[in-house]
Amino acid sequence: MKKVTFKAGIHLLACKQLTVGEEIKETSIPQQVVIPLVQHIGKPAQPIVSKGEKVKVGQKIGEAQGNVSVPVHSSISGEVIDICLHLHPVSGKKDLAVIIKSDGRDEWIEKRKIHEDYFRLSPKQICNIIKEAGIVGLGGAAFPTHIKLSPHKEIDTVILNGVECEPYLSADEQLMVKHPVEIIEGLKIIMQTVNASWGVVGVEENKPRAIRILKKEIAKQPNISLKILKEKYPQGGEKQLIKAVLNREVPSGGLPMDVGVLVDNVGTSFAIREAVMRGIPLVSRIVTVSGWGVFAPKNLRVRIGSSISFLIEECGGFSSVPGKVIMGGPMMGITQYNLEVPVVKGTSGILVFGKQELKKEYLRNCIRCSKCIDACPMGLSPCMISLYAENKNWEETKKYGVLDCIECGACAYVCPAKKPIVQYVKWAKVEINKLKKN
Amino acid sequence: MKDQLVVSVSPHIKGKETVSSIMLDVIIALFPALIVSVYLFGWYSLMLVLISVIFCVGTEFFSQKIFGKEITINDLSAVVTGILLAFVLPPGSPWWLVAVGAVLSILLGKQIFGGLGNNPFNPVLVGRAVLLVSWPIQMTTWTTPFDGITSASPLDIVKMGLDNPLPSYLDLFLGNRVGCLGETSTLALLIGAGYLLYKKQIKIHTPLFFISTVGILSILMGGDLLFNVMSGGLILGAFFMATDIVTSPLTKSGKVFFGIGCGLLTILIRFKGGTPEGVCYAILIMNMFVPLIDQYTKPKRFGTVSLRSKTP
Repeated sequence: MKKVTFKAGIHLLACKQLTVGEEIKETSIPQQVVIPLVQHIGKPAQPIVSKGEKVKVGQKIGEAQGNVSVPVHSSISGEVIDICLHLHPVSGKKDLAVIIKSDGRDEWIEKRKIHEDYFRLSPKQICNIIKEAGIVGLGGAAFPTHIKLSPHKEIDTVILNGVECEPYLSADEQLMVKHPVEIIEGLKIIMQTVNASWGVVGVEENKPRAIRILKKEIAKQPNISLKILKEKYPQGGEKQLIKAVLNREVPSGGLPMDVGVLVDNVGTSFAIREAVMRGIPLVSRIVTVSGWGVFAPKNLRVRIGSSISFLIEECGGFSSVPGKVIMGGPMMGITQYNLEVPVVKGTSGILVFGKQELKKEYLRNCIRCSKCIDACPMGLSPCMISLYAENKNWEETKKYGVLDCIECGACAYVCPAKKPIVQYVKWAKVEINKLKKN
Repeated sequence: MKDQLVVSVSPHIKGKETVSSIMLDVIIALFPALIVSVYLFGWYSLMLVLISVIFCVGTEFFSQKIFGKEITINDLSAVVTGILLAFVLPPGSPWWLVAVGAVLSILLGKQIFGGLGNNPFNPVLVGRAVLLVSWPIQMTTWTTPFDGITSASPLDIVKMGLDNPLPSYLDLFLGNRVGCLGETSTLALLIGAGYLLYKKQIKIHTPLFFISTVGILSILMGGDLLFNVMSGGLILGAFFMATDIVTSPLTKSGKVFFGIGCGLLTILIRFKGGTPEGVCYAILIMNMFVPLIDQYTKPKRFGTVSLRSKTP
């Protein structure tokens, strides 16, 4: 099969051997979970339980506020011990969260709505089920899926993102190996909902097991195909994936639907299938716990709200003095300083780097080597953006297309002067937003 | 333990390449030409290179100290400047000329603008240009390889219409000719350039278009193609000076324009100008155009072109 890719990008050491081939292990039930009311892009959910109330697994504990919002559910059975501000791993601030203490019984809610005959449902009904299940994009962005699935433009192709181009992470790969049928069923539900004619599953070439298993499954489907993508970072970026698979470029400032495409992560597809056909809300997800700083790296099925320290214990604890703990992948993840923060819906991995792995870097002037330009998958000039941001010239950063930046970090990876380019980009975006508001 | 975790912005893994490693690659690439120059002009040429390097690094150190800046001599850029400066001076230059050139290169060419990365002009060529106007006699006194007899350079012979014999193509290619210390051997320079291309430290665009422009125009001007390409400092200039990452355009298309401009000016100076060689001034003048070229050759941004879309 011909392998496809996009222009530019970088080659990274995959480092996936740490966890590839490991079965997905179910964690024990955590003593306590912290479930933030905002785990998605949009308005936070409103708590609908009170302190002291008994809850069961899958019980809704926060109601969506408005359309761009999703509810949250309890991931264990037990008692609500507090509703308070708790450090959030993504925002880095204290946000409202529901804290639940386990009763150890792991009892599920009764009356789950099961729709094995999903083809009888209308798009609206499916979107409603998905929203009620609290499903968001599990690739990391955590955008409410029901909004994505009600586009106001025509969609002809749905692409499932099974690229997982971030090093170390192998959660999606394991999911594809273990649940190919469910993922394809999820894809069919999405295709039906947005009335798309074609479905594509995109997988990077470095996942031969997943490719072999999916190929068999996809052969049974008339209008679904498999695309193998070259191993290159950031192949899993939505726009890069669409470009590679369909040779369509999402216009600057636009969305995939502008070119008739919808992209969802394979994990999201699995969650959609579970919600529609088995009535299970999003209460758990697969998380890769990896890095040389962890004793036994694994892929875990984790209850949402489990703390990072709980996950690391499940993997045998630290193997050396930890230096950096990252939520997400090494290229785009967020470093954590407090290990009591919970796993949220968008958490794809927890990486631990040992202290001795961290190297001191020497910041230098930009030497205009243009390696960042060669690496940028969006065709930007990161060196110029960083130069203008350094001088607080936000207008110029905008002209150089900083708002198109997907913050993949390829530029900062190759930079010999070790410029914190992504930091400059994030800063510029914030400042441009401030200017817009004034 | 909580206090010991490092917090930083992504990405959390970085490539191995640093400014020092890039400069080290350039130094390695200059070694073949250095060896040839020692073979041709004796140990004195190695001494000139060492003097140049020592004064370059020393000037960088003291100027940074005086300007109150971080000392960055370990990035090796001053070493590169030092070797290249010696390469563009006559092999019989007095040691003080090299030392003065080294100080000027680093001071006027680089540190005065704020150090490596901020300099608009190639520091080596700034040093050479100043030396050429200040000490024209010493800067144009050439000696022959092996025996060190004073002689005229091939370009001088053509320019002034002297009746000295011109070197053969083979001599030009191997380096057995009169010229600057490191510029004579096309072969040695090409080996070094090949290494830089292989290590992806330079792109082929600038040298390719620089050299082909010189080649094509020299025929049009009634000159000899191979002679014009190999007789002056073109190979050294095209692969090691015009490709200087700091003072050349960012994008590939920019590098093409830059190369063509350098070629045009070189030919213009060689055939119509007052001096026999034009590579140095051509590159310096084109350095001035870099911001302009960059402005008009920005990379093509994703999502700004319409494509014929496919269906699966």
